[in-house]
Amino acid sequence: MAEVVKFGRPKGFFETFERRPGSIKKNMSYCPGCGHGVLHKLIAEAMADFGIQDKTTFISPVGCSVFAYYYFDCFGLQVPHGRSAAAATGLTRANPDSIVIGYQGDGDLAAIGFNAFMQAANRGENYCVFFVNNAIYGMTGGQMAPTSLLGQKTATSPYGRNALTEGYPLKISEMVSQLESPVYVERVALTTPANIMKARKAVRKAIQINMEKKGFAFVEVLSGCPVNLKMKPADMDKFIDENMTKYFPLGVYKDVTAEREPVVRPVPTFEKADVEKALYRELPGGDQEHESCDSEIFNRELRIKIGGFGGQGVLSLGLIMAAMGKYRNLNVSWLPSYGPEMRGGTANCAVIVNKGPIGSPIVDSNCDLLVVLNRPSLDKYLPELGENGVLMYDSSTIKEVPAVKPGQKAIALNTGDIAEEFGNLKCANAVMLGAIGAMLTKHYLTPADAAKFQETAEAAIAECFAGKDKIVKMNIEACKLGFDKMQAAL
Amino acid sequence: MSQTVKKTFRCHPEPDECKGCGRCVSACPKKLLKLGSALNIMGVPYAEYSGEGCVGCGACFYTCPEPGAITIYEITPEA
Repeated sequence: MAEVVKFGRPKGFFETFERRPGSIKKNMSYCPGCGHGVLHKLIAEAMADFGIQDKTTFISPVGCSVFAYYYFDCFGLQVPHGRSAAAATGLTRANPDSIVIGYQGDGDLAAIGFNAFMQAANRGENYCVFFVNNAIYGMTGGQMAPTSLLGQKTATSPYGRNALTEGYPLKISEMVSQLESPVYVERVALTTPANIMKARKAVRKAIQINMEKKGFAFVEVLSGCPVNLKMKPADMDKFIDENMTKYFPLGVYKDVTAEREPVVRPVPTFEKADVEKALYRELPGGDQEHESCDSEIFNRELRIKIGGFGGQGVLSLGLIMAAMGKYRNLNVSWLPSYGPEMRGGTANCAVIVNKGPIGSPIVDSNCDLLVVLNRPSLDKYLPELGENGVLMYDSSTIKEVPAVKPGQKAIALNTGDIAEEFGNLKCANAVMLGAIGAMLTKHYLTPADAAKFQETAEAAIAECFAGKDKIVKMNIEACKLGFDKMQAAL
Repeated sequence: MSQTVKKTFRCHPEPDECKGCGRCVSACPKKLLKLGSALNIMGVPYAEYSGEGCVGCGACFYTCPEPGAITIYEITPEA
């Protein structure tokens, strides 16, 4: 006589659960009769049968199955409550060849993580989700879940769920099947052996769709929680088959597997050189070679802050200066900060220019160039000016001469008045840009760099006001005017 | 032996891996499983197999929530 195992412990599980604390290492931590164990077995069996354990990631949710990574012999990721879909998106996008299994309960998927889940389903992410619907919050002690039935008594609905106060149970399978992207949606129940075999088929199909990279597959599993439903396992199966399936009918809600082609998304790269190339990309229309920028000041990080009223063009001035750095092939950052008002509130932006990488875009100290267009900004940001920093301000609005420290420079130009005379007060920021150019030319730039100023400013203005030819022309003229006025004043 | 020998099966519930939920008892189409009165290491009465008649359908295996509490063996007479 010879005996062979026909049905036995699935190979998708660890042989012993070494990660599980305590002396019991062969069993899972679930209560007697819990549906999690049944579904875990179906998934473990399918993983082993398909030979995909080495490229599968099982995402453990928050809930009773939080420790699923104790049991499954594959990669495991435990995510915060409801974040399964977000983590799965990252995993499948970063590793398109991997098999990703999401496993969520009704609290995790249908309440806290509902938005993340629906968006992932709608994007048709390449992974499969097993949604354990037991009509109750299990791990936390039997509170009402989004899927609790009408009239169902729970810890938080002691008189029974009432549609007028708590709404109707969410029909997730029906909702997901209405979306365009999902490939396969089925609702099954872990009750009778016949139903469990249907669930087994659904689990295998969802994983196969994932292996074929056809997109989003979803299986809702009506599962029992004998402890919190306060029933014996046999009564619980009856409750599911007689009560739950009336509101949550079993069956295939959507299956377009046959007509869908594999989903192909751009393949990501983790090569250092490629990532750097993507981050510090070649300049559009700019000089492809690294320009020398041989002035002394470009040999270190230049930290610039610009402050004024919203509407004075504070943010645009920063953007133009950042674009100028870009056109000289320097690394730049631009960080705006403003209130909710479009006009009248205070606004500021920080610009950093560096030949090397920029660590943080924030400028709140050691500022090299502070440009202020109103009095409140002067008071607020002057303390941030560095030891040898330069302050440039609009003397048409700031009448008193600011008290700068020894070593610092305060340079004034009545940019507001000049812009008004020029014909458009809105150009005060471009006048200031020209003034900055004249100041830099006089004190800091080599002749080679100075010669590039006007050309670079024009390219940057053209980029920032792209498509508005009149405004571009006007700002370029205002910039030239500011340059000349400042040059004359210095 | 001829090739037409009928396959036989044996169901083995592992006493110390059973939590006594009784799902297999209701699942078995031949009513060959029952919860006994003895207690296992977890302190629960565990499922017991009557000893013969298993048809190898797997109903008890798939309905059991524990990974390896039930094993079903296929018995082939040696040639």
